[in-house]
Amino acid sequence: MRGWASLPLSRSRTARTSIFFVVLALVCLAFSDIAVTTANPWQDLMRFFWGIVTPDFFSSAGLATAVLRTLAFAFVGVTIGSIAGFLLALVYRFRIVRTFSAFIRAIHEIFWALIFLQFFGFHPLTGVLAIAIPYSGIFAKVYSEILDEVDPEPRNLLHSRVGALSAFAYARIPDCWEQLRTYTSYRLECGFRSSAILGFVGLPTLGFYLESAFSQGHYSEAGAVLLLFYALIATIPLWVRPRMLPFYVLAAPFFLGDGMPIVWGNVKRFFTEDIVPAPLREGATGESFWPWLSELLVDQALPGIWNTLLLTQMALVATGVLALLAFPLISRHFGNRLSRTGGHVLLVVARSTPEYILAYILLQLWGPSMLPAVVALALHNGGIIGHLIGRQSSFITLRPDAPRGITRYGYELVPRVYPSFLAFLFYRWEIIMRETAILGILGIYTLGFYVDSAIQNIQFDKAMILILVTALLNIGIDILSRRIRKRLALQTMPTC
Amino acid sequence: MRAPLELDGLSGFFGGQRVLGPLSLTIAPGEKIALVGKSGAGKSTLVRLIHDRVGDMAALVPQELGLVNALPVFHNVFMARLDQHNTLYNLVTLLRPFRADRDAITGILEQLDMADKLWSSAARLSGGQRQRTAIARALFREADLLLADEPVSALDGPLAHAVMGLLRERFDTFVVALHDVELALTYSTRVVGIQGGEIALDAASDSLTAADIRPLYD
Repeated sequence: MRGWASLPLSRSRTARTSIFFVVLALVCLAFSDIAVTTANPWQDLMRFFWGIVTPDFFSSAGLATAVLRTLAFAFVGVTIGSIAGFLLALVYRFRIVRTFSAFIRAIHEIFWALIFLQFFGFHPLTGVLAIAIPYSGIFAKVYSEILDEVDPEPRNLLHSRVGALSAFAYARIPDCWEQLRTYTSYRLECGFRSSAILGFVGLPTLGFYLESAFSQGHYSEAGAVLLLFYALIATIPLWVRPRMLPFYVLAAPFFLGDGMPIVWGNVKRFFTEDIVPAPLREGATGESFWPWLSELLVDQALPGIWNTLLLTQMALVATGVLALLAFPLISRHFGNRLSRTGGHVLLVVARSTPEYILAYILLQLWGPSMLPAVVALALHNGGIIGHLIGRQSSFITLRPDAPRGITRYGYELVPRVYPSFLAFLFYRWEIIMRETAILGILGIYTLGFYVDSAIQNIQFDKAMILILVTALLNIGIDILSRRIRKRLALQTMPTC
Repeated sequence: MRAPLELDGLSGFFGGQRVLGPLSLTIAPGEKIALVGKSGAGKSTLVRLIHDRVGDMAALVPQELGLVNALPVFHNVFMARLDQHNTLYNLVTLLRPFRADRDAITGILEQLDMADKLWSSAARLSGGQRQRTAIARALFREADLLLADEPVSALDGPLAHAVMGLLRERFDTFVVALHDVELALTYSTRVVGIQGGEIALDAASDSLTAADIRPLYD
């Protein structure tokens, strides 16, 4: 019998890495709480689908306003984010700028919203900044990568007295303008999703209506919100036109709504009192700071990190499995026109539904455990990667006598798309972790749960430290993922 | 350019290996030098090295041309004089060129037989048109020294001669790498032959025949 070492798979780095991650996820599975706890999960699921089939668009007059607010927050937030990100990209070679950008993008939109809610309240600024800040960190990184790729030769040929701005406008921007534009409009779509889920923390966007409809059991209303959201995303190519963009961007600030006025006293108190660790505040001696901190870290941060890591690793592998199973649905090497159209619809729904909304729905239906979270993360991310890989596989030309069915899948296609599949998967590792932490707000014991509880108990000092821990964890995963992608020589375009 | 250019210790490295020199070259004002030698001999490296030394003094046509693909021919040529105007003028030109520049650049393009391509983006040009755009840029530059690396390799015979004639007329002094021996002898006053990273031949053009140059290619 041949030994394991002589099996071809054990020689390939990508295969070894994949096997390692699958085994790790199985170990995580043994430690985690996977269960359906509601009494009638399938009945609830059926009622939910019935709600989607019988949407009620007119139950609440606020729905139209919610659509408007969702768009307005996204446009203003993404515009500010892209301008700030562009400026940061120009000085991205400085380590401090890179670190700053990595830090602000490691904190999820919802965490930013939770922070701003504490001192700006329900003012439009809260929603705008919650999107603009993390997005500028992301834009800074991607823009600088795009700018770095431009051929340096035209710049080298200029007279040395040519001003920096002229040189930039002639020799740098034109050749990457198309890429900058494509990426920015792609981010705008991500912005609509971010804006929608900000409703879950109380801002007047679509998520707010979805949550209230769901919590009252009005499934037809919830169905209407979801369908509106899909329609909005699916029709983007029709209504987001380059010529219309300036109009949208200029009009958007007027549709943010008034919200509540900012109480500046709250702002001052937040920074001078609320977020100062309790043992260091006025009147306290400061001696109890270290016990306070270690208690926080041991009792909340550590279990939060543990659960976040467990869930992330399981979701990562589940995403990969789902993406590999899903990509043939839209690949031109399988099925017929009809089946591929069906596949496209499935994947569009999976990838346009934010994981937060999916997780919320599944948690309502199945009860609190890690299962709904894993399924939600896998559906959304698997949908995205499945779509990208499926599209890529359609460009592959097979020889006329290529095998069909499972053999075609296993011998012809998977080996060819596997490197880019892994690249996308590892790229999304950090994104999955950011989302995993956030899903804690829904009641799973990841870091977001502890952040949310601290905020509920008006312990902003603890909340800030836990958010900081989350950010550091994300940065760590980002670095690790980049190392792995480099070691396996994987390259990819950014996704969100 | 008034004084002779004395270039010493020119050496080129590739992957840690010395591929050229160290060699010295003196360029007298008014000299038109053709660099000849087979592919890989180090002609391109030498053109680069000279450009690194002289900087703004010279107009350069690199082998890769260095065009901005997304910009029209007009702007690619105009880039040669960005230093002559303030930033505002340059930015306005990006959106709406001034008549004087348009006329000047159209004039140059007419000589190169591609005035009709003034507003075509560089990405949509053929290889020969791209090469002529880079030459137009060099012609538009306020410099009397030209450094060029195979500037007419993608042009057909008559056009190659016309362009070399233009360059000879416009630039007082030039160093041009040419693989075409006939062009080299016709348009230069001095031929410098490179072989194995060293200068193997350096003589006045009118004292040479094609047969003298051929050994460099063996």
